[in-house]
Amino acid sequence: MKLLLVAEYREGSVLGSVTDLLGFAEKVGGEHVMFLVGSDSILPQYDGKLYLADSAKHGEYSPTVHKELLLEVVGRENPDMIVFSHSSYGWDLAPRVAWALKAAQVSEVVNYVDGTLVVPVCNAKLRRDVQVNTRITVVTLQAGAFGLNGLPSGSPAVEMIDVDSAGKVEFLGYEEAEAGGVDLSKAEVIVSAGRGIGKPENIEMISALAKALGGEYGASRPVVDSEWAEHSRQVGTTGQTVAPKLYVACGISGAIQHLAGMKKSEFVVAINTDKDAPIGEVADVLVVADLTQFIPVLTEKISSL
Amino acid sequence: MNILVCIKQVPDMESKFKVNSGGTWYDTTELAWRMNEYDEYAVEQAVQLKEQVKDADITVLSIGSNKVKETMKKALAMGCDRGAHIADDNVSSKEPCEIAGAIAEYAKDKNFEVIFTGMQSQDRGSGQVGVLVAEMLSLPAVTTIVDFSYTDGRLEVKRELEGGIKAKVALNSPALVTCQLGLNTPRYPTLPNIMKAKKKELVSLPIEDLLKVDARQQTAKIYFPEKKGGGLVIEGDPGELADKLIQILKEKTGVLA
Repeated sequence: MKLLLVAEYREGSVLGSVTDLLGFAEKVGGEHVMFLVGSDSILPQYDGKLYLADSAKHGEYSPTVHKELLLEVVGRENPDMIVFSHSSYGWDLAPRVAWALKAAQVSEVVNYVDGTLVVPVCNAKLRRDVQVNTRITVVTLQAGAFGLNGLPSGSPAVEMIDVDSAGKVEFLGYEEAEAGGVDLSKAEVIVSAGRGIGKPENIEMISALAKALGGEYGASRPVVDSEWAEHSRQVGTTGQTVAPKLYVACGISGAIQHLAGMKKSEFVVAINTDKDAPIGEVADVLVVADLTQFIPVLTEKISSL
Repeated sequence: MNILVCIKQVPDMESKFKVNSGGTWYDTTELAWRMNEYDEYAVEQAVQLKEQVKDADITVLSIGSNKVKETMKKALAMGCDRGAHIADDNVSSKEPCEIAGAIAEYAKDKNFEVIFTGMQSQDRGSGQVGVLVAEMLSLPAVTTIVDFSYTDGRLEVKRELEGGIKAKVALNSPALVTCQLGLNTPRYPTLPNIMKAKKKELVSLPIEDLLKVDARQQTAKIYFPEKKGGGLVIEGDPGELADKLIQILKEKTGVLA
């Protein structure tokens, strides 16, 4: 088995997802090479061959150009599997590469068991084993699903690659995350509100519990999208990644993107009416209760300790 | 201007799921069905584009059994003009390539200026179909958009990246975009519009006529993940639960010390 690992580079850094790629490669076994559109002055820690294209020429993201660069490497290396992160870069580029190669693409892989790729279904409530019929397989990996034993190390043997190609999508610039707001990464206790709180007025109840516990309140993506809480309070892949001493998830089902942002918390309490919600997978304690009945009682008891 | 919006009918994710008798998908009986959440944003953006350019015709497309027409009627009530139902009683066994192939085959000669899809479905979640349709039709595509504007054939959109960063990109139509949650505020259909939607065209085409791409993968097995957490589950009266939880927090964490 030969793998082609697709690393990512953005605004002067190689993204940390390279450890996921290496963790997957370790699990699968066999040989591997890496591909990156980045800079020769900022290389990933990697003890192998790196095909590098210059992002100053090819853009940090230009779908058609990056696809053609990758196809050039595929032509030289003839890999069995092309491995992306399931990220904004990976889920955009992988299907383009798969289609060009007439390869099957398996998205958001969470496990690899005896040669079988495993993916989540229905918000991770179910799992699916996938059988692939093509010689080359394209996969995207769920963030954090494949840990690496130890840290990546070594210096890659770099081979520069280049294509003459122009994309149809013009990159105009980045818009940075909103500055200011709450820095949840410093809070020792975070009480987060999910869609299960039902209505915006109930944010008050979550905020009161957070205050009673000496912490801050956070929110899941749907709550922020509905503008019940500001973006700086969002926990998850597209918000903040937190690791407080105590994380209390209120009415949060536990979408993968949310779990990725809070699963390193030291102690997790979930308060939910649905016993089967995926948040139960990471919770130390699951309180099965109606939020509006339980939380005010809990807040009052804590306040009077 | 012709606009296409592709939607999927999915189960409510809060449902109690069961594995079907073949062990290859979830059991589809006794579930509540709705429009894939991402697709609601796609429909809304299509309708907003029509409101902006005035002279436009929106086709909403969905693949599945007759049941998906219910979800298509919601899209028609939100403001789509006509429905193209691709009839397939076995849609859950089709892989993203086959689905995208059928959509591309339908769309190839209809001069769609902009195609909207959700960025992924809530059940299968491959995130492939939109991009594949664009590749098959040789259209430029941008995924995971959280902002959209259109002026005289030029699209300016923002892609959502990790950690709250966005990438601003521009492209010329015809083009395809896949929509992320929070792109806009999907409207609720009003009663008069629900009544009007009943009179809109909704044609069914058999999937066999459009299926030109072979499957490259299958589901071998679907199952519930092993519960790995030794997490404690507590239930009961709110007052007693609160006392129990406070006791646990005192023992296991330093926060109430």
